[in-house]
Amino acid sequence: MSAAPDPATADLATAGALALGDDALVLSHRLAEWTGHAPVLEEDVALANIALDLLGQARTLLSLVGDEDELAFLREERAFRNVQLVEQPNGDFAHTIARQLYFSVYQELLYGQLAAGGEAAPLAPLAAKAVKEVAYHRDHAEQWTLRLGDGTETSHARMRAGLDGLWRYTGELFRPVEGLAVDWAALEAAWLETVGGVLERATLTLPEGPRATGWSAGAGRAGVHTEPFGRMLAEMQHLHRSHPGASW
Amino acid sequence: MSADAEDAGRRTTAGSGGTEPSADAGVGAGPDAGSGAGVGHGASAGAGPRGADAGTGAGAVAGDWPLWEVFVRSRRGLSHVHAGSLHAPDAAMALRNARDLYTRRQEGVSVWVVPSTAVTASSPDEKDPFFAPAADKPYRHPTFYELPEGVRNL
Amino acid sequence: MPETIIERGSRSGAESGSGPRTGTGAPAAAAQAAATPGTAPETAFEAKIAADERIEPRDWMPDAYRATLVRQIAQHAHSEIIGMQPEANWLTRAPSLRRKAILLAKVQDEAGHGLYLYSAAETLGTGRDELLDKLHAGRQKYSSIFNYPTLTWADVGAIGWLVDGAAIINQVPLCRCSYGPYARAMVRICKEESFHQRQGYELLHTLAHGTPEQHAMAQDAIDRWWWPSLMMFGPPDDESAHSAQSMAWKIKRHSNDELRQRFVDICVPQAEILGLTLPDPDLKWNEDRGQHDFGAIDWSEFKEVLRGNGPCNEQRIGRRRQAHEDGAWVRDAAAAYAAKRALGAAGPGEAAA
Repeated sequence: MSAAPDPATADLATAGALALGDDALVLSHRLAEWTGHAPVLEEDVALANIALDLLGQARTLLSLVGDEDELAFLREERAFRNVQLVEQPNGDFAHTIARQLYFSVYQELLYGQLAAGGEAAPLAPLAAKAVKEVAYHRDHAEQWTLRLGDGTETSHARMRAGLDGLWRYTGELFRPVEGLAVDWAALEAAWLETVGGVLERATLTLPEGPRATGWSAGAGRAGVHTEPFGRMLAEMQHLHRSHPGASW
Repeated sequence: MSADAEDAGRRTTAGSGGTEPSADAGVGAGPDAGSGAGVGHGASAGAGPRGADAGTGAGAVAGDWPLWEVFVRSRRGLSHVHAGSLHAPDAAMALRNARDLYTRRQEGVSVWVVPSTAVTASSPDEKDPFFAPAADKPYRHPTFYELPEGVRNL
Repeated sequence: MPETIIERGSRSGAESGSGPRTGTGAPAAAAQAAATPGTAPETAFEAKIAADERIEPRDWMPDAYRATLVRQIAQHAHSEIIGMQPEANWLTRAPSLRRKAILLAKVQDEAGHGLYLYSAAETLGTGRDELLDKLHAGRQKYSSIFNYPTLTWADVGAIGWLVDGAAIINQVPLCRCSYGPYARAMVRICKEESFHQRQGYELLHTLAHGTPEQHAMAQDAIDRWWWPSLMMFGPPDDESAHSAQSMAWKIKRHSNDELRQRFVDICVPQAEILGLTLPDPDLKWNEDRGQHDFGAIDWSEFKEVLRGNGPCNEQRIGRRRQAHEDGAWVRDAAAAYAAKRALGAAGPGEAAA
């Protein structure tokens, strides 16, 4: 946007873009794994739509940092900056919806703040576009949370389990990311209120227990991930790495 | 290669320009599924007895989700046109599924969903009493009238 | 006025969509029962076909016409859905983000196309659940091509170029099929699929002009997919059980062999530009016919795969059945939620939750 960005500011923006880009890339991959396995065909289409939105965001963000494919396919696990929440393997559909609810509410609020940053903020134009996509993702998660929470006894129990299982990964979402001009405390308060509100309407409650542990608090942003993430990357990167220098 | 398809597509669209359910607001509104009371009605009607059973207890067979007809307005200034149908448990989800299914390529700026069972259609068997009587009333068309030479703007 | 008609008429329901589903009786069942060959409805049906008019859901139609359509549309819908699997097999390993986005959009389209087609089948009075049950039980077929495995990334390209290429040749004439809802679904599908074949061709072109390993990968994929693609057009005309009647009803517009020949003639120059070889030593231009001659197809392989003994038959159906069963509790939950809301609307005091 501006003619000559200050190098220090540019580095910071890069760190922010990498963190958000990795979030989008990894969650998109997990959602794409659902393809062909969704509970109903309409949901195959819906989950693929969300995955495609996220992949688009990832490509834009990573391109701000460097070559999108080099970043996606040639980095080691420890160099990824995504939160641990998005790398969690798909469980049942309720588990995925819980992950979607936690993350899409976060992403919508975060992009909302970045978009409001005005022209000075390097990620503002991207955030302004992405926030509309993410609003739809949040709506999708919300609709399903209502139906699973207030559906049958089985679905209620599964939704409960999904929410509880992922709760420990939500604290990390609010650890400040270098280079992002965000009011993290306000973000966290708004997130708790929004998620809590949806859960209440779904006859559910916010899980209890810590929202972060020593292993999950800020760890993903610092390049420390969970075991399944390595296997995910092995699968994702294998073909690209097998043909060094090839074009696809 | 797909010239046939393109051409047929235009014909189809052109031919179905005016299918407008009368309830503009009623059908289109209702983005809030959670609170949409009227919305649930439609769903239950479509689901039939099996769908209604599902709510009565755990383990009940929910059966097939009801069918909805989807109408898409391709751009402002045009009517909603029938695009197809889909299954959804209720109106709110039907609307969202319709968005994902029928507007992936920017085909729409507005979507209606209507329970299929709510559509009352004329019967092909009664085609003649319904539509033939209109055939002998050419005076409804401007070309019926002869104008004197030289008349303009009429 | 319409209400009167409905009371006297055979059934109520949406003209284009589906009206009451199975259980409430097949569409126009009353009208159909009353009709016997030679009577007015039969004559009207034949006249519409002869005049190249479309048959619409509430029109009278012969039982066999309806059954043929349900069988064909269901098989087509199942093919779209099962066809997601071989390509989805590479979604998580796509070698660039651009390719990943393209492949995901394509596989998503296939789910969408399955849905359009199930909708078309439902206008004939057969619900999607019933069709899925038949697929899962192995009582309805899908295109045998999807029983072949995708062993390398180049297979994604081969599916796009050859399999989608063959499908398009089959499908374009279906846009003029005599049954309205099927024809309309095909118009939509053909438009959307125009990118499917191109992305496959582009993918193969990139590989064929890449490293020697990539070129070999592309050639290997063509070697494996060429013959099964030719089989997609179905058995030779003299052995095709349903062809003659379907042609008479204008459900089908060209014979199997005619379409297969067209496909071969289109592919040969495209393969040359790719720099890849089609695995048929007998393939050569016939000046007299103005078409290519090509080698004999191994129909015993086709029959084996059709019989369920292809490399992936069990895996494909198993996957689909598993997804359906795993999703049952989700579908139940959404139906239960809707029912509670309906109950709540009926009487505020009786709200279930």
